[in-house]
Amino acid sequence: MLSQESLKRIDGEVAKYPAGQQQSAVMAALRIAQEEKGWLAGETIEFVAGYLGMPAIAAYEVASFYNMYDLQPVGKYKLTVCTNLPCALSGGVHAADYLKQKLGIEFNETTPDGKFTLKEGECMGACGDAPVMLVNNVRMKSFMTPDEIEKLLAECK
Amino acid sequence: MALIEAINPLLTAGWAKGDAGWGIKEYEARGGYQALKRILAEKMTQDQVIAEVKTSVLRGRGGAGFPTGLKWSFMPKGAPVKYVVCNTDEGEPGTFKDRDILRYDPHAVIEGMIIAGYAVGAALGYNYIHGEIFELYERFEQALAEARAAGYLGKNILGAGLDFDLFAHQGWGAYICGEESALLESIEGKKGQPRFKPPFPAQVGLFGKPTTINNTETFAAIPFVFRIGGSAYLDLGKPNNGGTKLFSVSGHVNKPGNYEVPMGTPFAKLLEMAGGMRGGRKLKAVIPGGSSAPVLSADIIMDCTLDYDSIAKAGSMLGSGAVIVMDETVCMVQALERLSWFYYEESCGQCTPCREGTGWLHKIIHRIEHGQGRPEDLDLLLELGGNIAGRTICALGDAAVLPVQGMLRHFRAEFEYHIEHKKCLVPREVQKAGSTFHTRMMAGAAC
Repeated sequence: MLSQESLKRIDGEVAKYPAGQQQSAVMAALRIAQEEKGWLAGETIEFVAGYLGMPAIAAYEVASFYNMYDLQPVGKYKLTVCTNLPCALSGGVHAADYLKQKLGIEFNETTPDGKFTLKEGECMGACGDAPVMLVNNVRMKSFMTPDEIEKLLAECK
Repeated sequence: MALIEAINPLLTAGWAKGDAGWGIKEYEARGGYQALKRILAEKMTQDQVIAEVKTSVLRGRGGAGFPTGLKWSFMPKGAPVKYVVCNTDEGEPGTFKDRDILRYDPHAVIEGMIIAGYAVGAALGYNYIHGEIFELYERFEQALAEARAAGYLGKNILGAGLDFDLFAHQGWGAYICGEESALLESIEGKKGQPRFKPPFPAQVGLFGKPTTINNTETFAAIPFVFRIGGSAYLDLGKPNNGGTKLFSVSGHVNKPGNYEVPMGTPFAKLLEMAGGMRGGRKLKAVIPGGSSAPVLSADIIMDCTLDYDSIAKAGSMLGSGAVIVMDETVCMVQALERLSWFYYEESCGQCTPCREGTGWLHKIIHRIEHGQGRPEDLDLLLELGGNIAGRTICALGDAAVLPVQGMLRHFRAEFEYHIEHKKCLVPREVQKAGSTFHTRMMAGAAC
């Protein structure tokens, strides 16, 4: 279900917590599973739950509570743009509009070629760098003016 | 942040080299881990360490401003298993200081946590790092490996018989986990829903054991308290407000960024450090302590100093030190609509007044912004707020209501104008000239 490499990384997370508290590793385990599979299908969540010895529903509660888990398929590149007030004061909404126009999609949509998904994000704790966006959850991009957005899109092969 | 200016820098002293200065060798070269070494070499007792922190009047930098030494003293002496937890779930709109601390000075947090572990008698700690800064979560893990290799973490630290280990726990997108008991639930691998208090974490915390939770900046300040001494640290600030503090300045200034200033610095000085108003436009309003803090009008904030007491006296909160600056081009109805959406999105859903009430708040503000407000709406907002605040397990309900109350206190006329004329008091062309905030409006979506 998950690769040996992913399982090894999950084991490393479990080792951080006291004996018997392996459920603490579920957040990292789901992140690792999502990284391998692209998104979290029900069976993936169930597998992770089983691996950590917790009820499937408890893992599903976690997967559905935290907004960086994708419970639906997403494009190869998921772009999440912060539009909260501090970012908006410095071009966050403009950056999102630019991307919508460029990609021809709205928030929560994926381009027909499956390459890009666009998401509206809440505060990422980087308001001084606005406009700010995340690429596939793990890479933060700062000062995303139209020129920078163009560069980023060109990098996304 | 590219632009850092500081007076008597402590927290930001190591930031000058940017991304090249975070490693353990750099940290040691600027005096890092000296505080820990001194505490262990001088065999300071746990009580002496806590007393020194009390003397410094270091107050919690996460937003509540609770005295750190007092918090540590609540930890029960006899309990065999205790934990220290760092809250780096930074997601309050406007706040971005902890990100830079972990980016440029992760070892200061590690040293602060080891000292805390010693003081409260905990042998294990976790730093909860929100998911959006995953690159810094990875950097923190590298810093932990460095500290372990250097003998600062693990068994028998520096040969002094102290055991303490520390790990990073990743968040994955939930503002509510900044609430300390939600954060503990999250470390336990559950939904981040706050717990009833009491019992407080010092009695029943992580995995049911006594736990001390402090903000990232609080831990990062601890080594300096011991390097310069508690009373010298206090003297940097003003009475009851010890030390220096990071202020995250965002919005309509020329140089957004983090600025370290002594507690009690005039707001006008901070504004000047942040390069003044963008485009030379006029200051309209400031949210002084993160999005949950009530907004203050320009004339009020310009008379304030940056400390817990002065901002509280002006009717707001210093909070996390996130200063959101808005100029005359901002429509306050639209600003509040965006904030109220945030609280609706981030309510964990546990308590009915918050789960339902935040949605109602947004719905009403949305209709005012979109030209469908009703004359009774402003009173309705306040009444609704009264039914949310103080009626929920955690403070998110209050946090959603405070911005509404603040806006109606200082900018009620703008809301009334919106309701009566079905458009902004701030003319369209002024909004367009000022910021890129209003592209939705230009597309015809809003008024």
